[in-house]
Amino acid sequence: MVRLKDVFKEYANETRALKGISFTLNDGEFAFLVGPSGSGKTTIISLLTGEIAPTDGEVLVNGFNLSSMRMSKMPHLRRTLGVIFQDFRLIDKKNVYENVAFAMRAVGAGNRDIKKRVPYVLELVGLDRKAKSYPQELSGGEQQRVAVARALVNNPRLIIADEPTGNLDPPRSLEMLTLLQKINELGTTVLVVTHEKTLVDRLSQRVIAIDGGRIISDGMDGYYDYYEEQ
Amino acid sequence: MKSNRAAYYIKEGITSILTHGLMSFVSVCTIVACLLIMGSFTLLAVNVGAIIGQFENENVVLAYVDENMPDEQARQLETQVRAVPNVESAVFISREDALESFIGKFEDKTLFENIGADVLRHRFVVYVRDIELTAATQNAISSIQGIVLVNSNLAVTRGLVTMRNIVTGVSAVLAVVLFIISLFIMSNTIRLVTFERREEIAIMKMVGATNSFIRWPFVIEGFILGLTGALVAFIAQWLVYTMITDRLTGGGRVSFITALPFQSVSVPLIAAFAAIGFAVGVIGSLMAIRKYLKV
Repeated sequence: MVRLKDVFKEYANETRALKGISFTLNDGEFAFLVGPSGSGKTTIISLLTGEIAPTDGEVLVNGFNLSSMRMSKMPHLRRTLGVIFQDFRLIDKKNVYENVAFAMRAVGAGNRDIKKRVPYVLELVGLDRKAKSYPQELSGGEQQRVAVARALVNNPRLIIADEPTGNLDPPRSLEMLTLLQKINELGTTVLVVTHEKTLVDRLSQRVIAIDGGRIISDGMDGYYDYYEEQ
Repeated sequence: MKSNRAAYYIKEGITSILTHGLMSFVSVCTIVACLLIMGSFTLLAVNVGAIIGQFENENVVLAYVDENMPDEQARQLETQVRAVPNVESAVFISREDALESFIGKFEDKTLFENIGADVLRHRFVVYVRDIELTAATQNAISSIQGIVLVNSNLAVTRGLVTMRNIVTGVSAVLAVVLFIISLFIMSNTIRLVTFERREEIAIMKMVGATNSFIRWPFVIEGFILGLTGALVAFIAQWLVYTMITDRLTGGGRVSFITALPFQSVSVPLIAAFAAIGFAVGVIGSLMAIRKYLKV
């Protein structure tokens, strides 16, 4: 579960990125976080992943209170998260299998678990036949699916996808969001940050719209249009 | 540390060394060069120390007794001589024994047939504890009533002591400077590697890897590079030392120089090299990776 309560964030250069954000994302929910550039989306993602701390307010993620959490607890929080980036962030020198296995190894998984889990996750994202391919041999959509597999492999409770379709063409973008929906149906909470109006409108999920560091709308079966009209 | 994780760290460390072959080579060469210079000066200091030690054993102060003093009274001065600070021991040599010893150095004894022992003085052969305090000891003996002359190889002693102090001082300064240089180069090598792998490190952090998990492969990389440098430096030092000492002492060219055999210094030397290589490698890696762990 994610809960932000009256969260403020002011950076060292006095930029006030968030001005009292509050929302809750329950376990098993799927939500879009939308808003124009500079609205505070990236700041929210950074808060949720523990890269930055709030100036004021409370940030709870999967039972961890990030407002008062010690740095030594950070790896434990991050093991409950799966993060997907717009630019995939794959390691070029590792093949598909190694890129995914790497995330498991980083949290101390043994070889036996890795050999069992990685093929399963690759099959889930439809890349079981590309296990030995290197990122540069894959299309953008395939690379993003590797990133999804990597985010999924440690069985996270929450997946945060930061503009996951930003580098994909429309058919691949829809495929990606369908995949994320499928993962959500399996029980994982999913938060997608996106600009893709068509996709947001098409999926009829919860949409949290922010602008100027404030939430301007938060509705189930929401539409991107609704946010634009504010 | 679990064995499969340790195997992973070692594999990653070795892979990184091979992937960045040139940088690894430069690091090892730097460590070798620095250790070789450090080792050479240290061995020089150790050898000078050994020569001084030998000289201390052989170096004596001769204290001559007033020739007008009766024999028995002269012998009794021994107590006063022994009481002087820094005196290890004192042996009374009568003028008769001194003459006999002197003549004994020559093959043709007839030259001294008409010379009596009365041309010489009774004397004490004094052994000192610390060669550096010879001058003060000599002065203290001179002030004893009945001692008329005190001789020692003070100039040679002073020269050796000065040389030892200079070599020790230079070695210490060089060791510190070269250690810092090695540390900097090692740290820079690992920093370049970590910079190249910053994305990988960021992903590891994002999926929940602990700092120690991220740090270990780099530490092992530094450790391997440091120890490789130490080993190569030790072998090079062995060859260089043996070659130089053979040239200096071989064929009786400079007979008064005696160099310590390499075997007698090899164990402390390889231990010191390994310790320095280890420290340079590990500390250098830790310094380099620190910045990337603060996310």
